[in-house]
Amino acid sequence: MKPFAYERPVTAADAVAALAAGGSTARYLGGGTNLVDLMKLGVDQPDHLVDVSRLSRATIDETHDGGLLIGGGVLNSQLAADPIVRARYPVLARALLSGASGQLRNQATVAGNLLQRTRCSYFQDISKPCNKRRPGSGCPARDGHHRELAILGHSASCLATHPSDMAVAMTVLDARIRLLGTDGPREIPLAELYRLPGDQPDRETQLDPGDLITAIELPPLTAAHSDYRKVRDRASFAFALVSVAALLDVADGHVRESRIAFGGIAPIPWRARRAERVLRGAPATPESFARAAAAELDLARPLPDNAFKVTLAANLLVETLVDLAQR
Amino acid sequence: MATALRSPAIGSSLSRVDGRLKVTGQAVYAAEHQIPGVTHAALLQAEIAAGTVIAIDATAALRLSGVLAVISHQNAPRLAPVDDAELAVFQSPAVAYRGQLVAVVVADSLEIARHAAGLVAVEYDARPHDVLLRPDHPGIYRPDKVNPAYPTDTEQGDADAALAIADIVVDETYETPAVHNNPMEPHASLAVWSGGDLTVYESTQGAADTRDALAELFELDPGAVRIVSPHVGGGFGSKGKARPQIVVAALAARVVGRPVKLALTRREMFSLTGYRTPTLQRLRLGADSDGQLRAIVHDVLEQTSTISEFAEQTATATRMMYAAVNRRTTHRLLALDVPMPSWMRAPGECPGMYALESALDELAIACRIDPIELRIRNEPAVEPETGKQWSSRNLVACLRDGAARFGWADRDPTPGVRRDGNWLVGTGVASSTYPTYRSGSEASVHADPDGSFTVSVCGADIGTGARTVLTQIAADSLDAAPDRIDVELGDSDLPRGPVAGGSMGTGSWGAAVVRACEALVAKLADLGGVVPDAGIDASADTAAEVAALPKLARHAFGAQFAEVRVNTMTGEVRVPRLFGMFAVGRIINPKTARSQFIGGMTMGLSMALFEQSLLDREFGDYLNHDFAQYHVPTCADVLDIDAAWVDERDDRLNPMGTKGIGEISIVGTAAAVANAVHHATGVRVRRLPITPDRLIG
Repeated sequence: MKPFAYERPVTAADAVAALAAGGSTARYLGGGTNLVDLMKLGVDQPDHLVDVSRLSRATIDETHDGGLLIGGGVLNSQLAADPIVRARYPVLARALLSGASGQLRNQATVAGNLLQRTRCSYFQDISKPCNKRRPGSGCPARDGHHRELAILGHSASCLATHPSDMAVAMTVLDARIRLLGTDGPREIPLAELYRLPGDQPDRETQLDPGDLITAIELPPLTAAHSDYRKVRDRASFAFALVSVAALLDVADGHVRESRIAFGGIAPIPWRARRAERVLRGAPATPESFARAAAAELDLARPLPDNAFKVTLAANLLVETLVDLAQR
Repeated sequence: MATALRSPAIGSSLSRVDGRLKVTGQAVYAAEHQIPGVTHAALLQAEIAAGTVIAIDATAALRLSGVLAVISHQNAPRLAPVDDAELAVFQSPAVAYRGQLVAVVVADSLEIARHAAGLVAVEYDARPHDVLLRPDHPGIYRPDKVNPAYPTDTEQGDADAALAIADIVVDETYETPAVHNNPMEPHASLAVWSGGDLTVYESTQGAADTRDALAELFELDPGAVRIVSPHVGGGFGSKGKARPQIVVAALAARVVGRPVKLALTRREMFSLTGYRTPTLQRLRLGADSDGQLRAIVHDVLEQTSTISEFAEQTATATRMMYAAVNRRTTHRLLALDVPMPSWMRAPGECPGMYALESALDELAIACRIDPIELRIRNEPAVEPETGKQWSSRNLVACLRDGAARFGWADRDPTPGVRRDGNWLVGTGVASSTYPTYRSGSEASVHADPDGSFTVSVCGADIGTGARTVLTQIAADSLDAAPDRIDVELGDSDLPRGPVAGGSMGTGSWGAAVVRACEALVAKLADLGGVVPDAGIDASADTAAEVAALPKLARHAFGAQFAEVRVNTMTGEVRVPRLFGMFAVGRIINPKTARSQFIGGMTMGLSMALFEQSLLDREFGDYLNHDFAQYHVPTCADVLDIDAAWVDERDDRLNPMGTKGIGEISIVGTAAAVANAVHHATGVRVRRLPITPDRLIG
């Protein structure tokens, strides 16, 4: 591991200033559950770490309109156990608890969770090419192992998936991200945080250098049932092959509103807008759900070893919506 | 000489005598020994799969403060040539597989060593590599023997003719992937030279063999080398012999003139410490319509490396499991530009019995016979290929008693009909077996006047409980309480014992302990039962006793039962129940034995559902080389798992009447699970592991 400087500012403003002063290879350090691994592997080699894991506002507060404001330094375990999250946003609690392990959730922050890097094998091995890690070096996954990789939203240059469960749930909750940058604070929808890879897979978000996620805001949730279902290669402690976050509001046997996002199949948490459009006003039946899944997955461009994800994603969405419709 | 021991320590669930040390962190493992002046090593591994190192530029690394040396083939001391080419580290610029050792950086701290390793520039001349095991490869060959010394091929009768006229024929190919041993404790070596003497604190299953290998490499008298390995955090065969890292540590320590510590990373273990070869196995069974086997043919293809040959004995269990007049088994190898495969828990029996026991299940279905009944109908009176008498064989008891405990009666054989919501439910069974090996061993025992005893043998407790069961064996032999006995293991200066492998540790070391204790008891009797102030010693060597053992077929047996649930929408597989019934001679310690059984079954479950090392064709290495990508079971995957045993008395094994229990329980588990998946879904998966994509894809 390369030597690096380390500092731990007290306020968010100090952190932003410290990062700017630290130069282009300075990084914010949250729980370190991903960044420290990447440093040990040589995938990321920062000269300067700005520890933001102990900034003051690591709290979960109700907003005046009945939503939630979650500090960027809140721990994943803390958020999953929050009584309001469990009662009003079960999709989020379930997503959090399906991610990582108890030990990691006790260490990982929610801001860091949003910004974790793909677990693509090639990205994590510096002895091999990777367009995300070393732009222009190539992508061995297309002709190599890609069973775990993307079927939607990927490009010729990159097949990586976004690894977060929490971000998939927050996507259907229409979360907003509060940022502090060198030009002051601003707020963006989570849906606008991530970029598709295109021919620049090394650029993963719309953040400017030095932007710090200070908080995540969840709008109040209307009456709807929600759930998170994750399929992986073992029962616990593995990244999703496919996951689904879904909200369903059914009245008189018809879908009033649905919100759907997939994890594990795209470079970003994949909001399934096409599926949602198909469902609007449709009978809440397995047939409608299957049509919605088909409409969304019509966009899929799988490779030989991950074609099963198309079937799996459709089945998982139908299973999840059937279950929600019966509640 | 007494052959039956009757006092109460054997058979009791004595808690591990080193358990408190371990759970309080006081048990010292190889890399934890505190040695003044220790330095640290970081490895450079080849980034090509085949070719030559043409240049190594260590200038930048050597400029770093704290870097002591960069050692490669360019400047390494010469080692004596040895059979295992893997141990000839830094002796040649040739690269035989990706990940092979190219250089080592030694520095004052691990951080400096790792940083410096990243600054070493290595240039290669790569040649095209060949890393894919495939049945149509022109280089497939017949090895001279298979591990450790079994015939490569065997044949009895005319299997082809019997298959041609059989009422029922099963002809299927089963595929198992490469899998890696992955003990919790990575391989670690801490080498200390003192004058011309070398001591290495090491994590090994065989300190004596490792000592001999090092003495040969460094051209030292074996008495000048000592391997110290009191505690070992698992090995599963991967620590059964010297691995490259111990040679690196010893060589580097000699170069820098200070102790060198080298603990492999998890990633490094995926190329440097062996793995279970992938296999392609064609099974052909010919039977009468009532299930009587007429022919068994088992043809195995597996891989080895170009640097050194390892030929797994995958079909040997097929030679002795079931009665059939006509039988043929073959092993073929393909040498590829890959890391060297080696021993992994039940090498041979484990993948071989997955194929055989899956095929038996397919035959049971084809014959419309209960799979337990099918196995019982083909029970052989003597060992089929050799005609030897069994020392004991209680497979049928395991199948019947296990079936009763598991609740097999009234099982509807129809596949795919038991539904619980989106989940299909099924059950499966498979047999287990493992040879009962025994090796000669030495042991000594020392009595002190205070009534305490020290028992010494160069065995290894690799997490099995060996130290505890040897304590019990000595206690009964000496008629002393277990807490008066201290068992010393894991030091090559102790009386020589065989490797902790082949499930023969307890049987081999234990027999020598019994004989040494008997000798001590006799000496004490001559002294009127009074221990002199200086204490009294006795020792034994069982080599002659083992050589004189009657020629019998000695094997352990078992039956495993699995209940599985398969989600029809997602292909997720869960195993709510796993039960194993074993016939393994006398159980010394029910608590540690049960731990061995359910540990092996968990590893078998892992083989069935999770484990696979993915070879990257373009780069030629195993791609998923960490625990985030290489999946082993979590607690959530291991639900109701249990094991029991039949009361088996066999006095033709060793003085304790034991059979080995370290490996049998991983044999058959994968077939039981795969058979249950078929029963649940009607889908026969003939390629492990059974991942969701293979059920819904």
